[in-house]
Amino acid sequence: MTYEITAGFVPLLDSAILVAAREKGFAEKNSIALSLVRERSWASIRDRLAVSHFNVAHILGPMPIAFNLGLDPLSPKMIVPMALGLGGNAVTVSAKLWRAMAGQGAMANLDAYNNGQALRGVIAAKPSDPPRFGVVHPYSGHNYELRYWLAASGIDPDRDIEILVLPPPDMGDALAEGLIDGYCAGEPWNTYGVLNRGAHLATTKAAIWKSSPEKVLGVNAGWAEAHPEALSALIVALEEASRWCGRAENHAELADILSRPAYVGRDSALLLPALTGLLPVGGGDIRAVQDFFVPQAKAATFPWKSHALWFYTQMVRWGQIEHSLSHQQIAAETYRPDLYRNVLKAQGVVMPSASAKVEGALTVETPVGSSGTLSLGPDGFFDGGLFDPDAVGDYIAAQAKHLA
Amino acid sequence: MKSSSLTVLVIDENRIRASIIEEGLREGGYDQVRIIDDMHGLARRIAEINPDVIVIDLENPNRDMLESFFQISRAIQRPIAMFVDKSDEASIEAAVDAGVSAYIVDGLKQERVRPILKMAISRFNAFSRLSRELDETRGELENRKIIDRAKGLLMRSRGLSEEAAYALLRKAAMNQNRKIVEIAQSLVTAASLLDPGASE
Repeated sequence: MTYEITAGFVPLLDSAILVAAREKGFAEKNSIALSLVRERSWASIRDRLAVSHFNVAHILGPMPIAFNLGLDPLSPKMIVPMALGLGGNAVTVSAKLWRAMAGQGAMANLDAYNNGQALRGVIAAKPSDPPRFGVVHPYSGHNYELRYWLAASGIDPDRDIEILVLPPPDMGDALAEGLIDGYCAGEPWNTYGVLNRGAHLATTKAAIWKSSPEKVLGVNAGWAEAHPEALSALIVALEEASRWCGRAENHAELADILSRPAYVGRDSALLLPALTGLLPVGGGDIRAVQDFFVPQAKAATFPWKSHALWFYTQMVRWGQIEHSLSHQQIAAETYRPDLYRNVLKAQGVVMPSASAKVEGALTVETPVGSSGTLSLGPDGFFDGGLFDPDAVGDYIAAQAKHLA
Repeated sequence: MKSSSLTVLVIDENRIRASIIEEGLREGGYDQVRIIDDMHGLARRIAEINPDVIVIDLENPNRDMLESFFQISRAIQRPIAMFVDKSDEASIEAAVDAGVSAYIVDGLKQERVRPILKMAISRFNAFSRLSRELDETRGELENRKIIDRAKGLLMRSRGLSEEAAYALLRKAAMNQNRKIVEIAQSLVTAASLLDPGASE
């Protein structure tokens, strides 16, 4: 019995687990004929999920929640039984904006607090000329982490700067042409901006919120219900692929596979930095960023309900939806750690016993579970914020006050 | 046909397909058709054209940007909504299959847009059919060239007649369960490796 599964993906570094599942034989080993279809927009991914061209997709973590909340006119019912890694994004700024930030004390160590204050200084010095930042999608980790960083740095993302949506491959060029002054995107587009368009990294997703959620496996809920065995096989294959992606000795080969035209289609030199965590930050400087992109360690594929709920609080914060208990419930139920656990427990995969955690509570890497082979975190927000998934309403109320 | 006052914007990087859509719209009585085939400064140009309806190819990477206008209407005067006729699932599927998507200015009656989408779907399908046929024709021509070259090689090196050379290729193909053109291609490649001047 072979399971035919068609998956959509966008040519980004964090499609790695899906690509490795196919190219390194993990899909085949689990009786899956996995077709990977490359798309150039998240809108296309959504449309093809909606008409069942795709069974599953590499997708932005908040998108399946937005669909289930009916925020898009075409809203396929989705579940998220697995994440596809943690972190992987950065905030990149133009050479000009970086010079201005450096004048306000910005440092090449990518410190989110320090460089946020520097950006605030630049904006305060010239309020008539607000910088423009690009993000990849309104319902994206990029949009929310950029806004979180700005707001916690005393910058109102809706008043003090302008945020617009651009396709990630266009960001570096838009920056060089002066259409935007900065962007928050995934890889390889920050490295591309720095190496090919004279840009500078300002900070990273890992610095704004350590071990934070990014892409997930979005699954068409109707398909999942009708094909539970195929979905289980896929989760096993992807978990095995994530372990392969996590091993340092495989990074060069992974970069090589991803560089093929059928996948990311960019030079492997642009793909390696995110895997090794050695990032060119600008001006020839290279910095080691701990946990820049985590494909497997620290339960990186576990679909935490607290991640889903944090995304939901940001949808409320930025006016995309009104808060209500039923909305909150829809968001929480989109992520399915129960499915992940049921399937992978049988495989002997070590995993957290809880389905949600207080985000930001772990300031250091902490061993969990009885076997001692799994550790989590640190998972702190750069401003010391804590998100308790049992107190969503309080968190929303507090951040609303902060904005005003 | 009575002409419509709606301004229709066609966004398509494929200039030929864009003009095929434009022609269809004009025939359908839509006089105000504009085309954008260069994605540079797209947001600003949409704002300038201020369309009632946007027809865009599904694969266009700028659709996420376009859809962000659902939320942030600061960039354009009137908010845009996706055209989805929920009562008609078949047409959603037909549009995605054909590779086209449509957006309307919020508040515009869906009935007024349905014929535009229908027309776009049929023109997109006609266009893919045409390109497929063109590809096939091109492929056949290319194949014939390769087979001719392989025949030439055999005729020269083994002193065969044209028919005998072709028969030999066909036999090899049958024996190896491959296409004649694949055998011919291997032969041409091998010959060019052995003697860089031979395959020319």
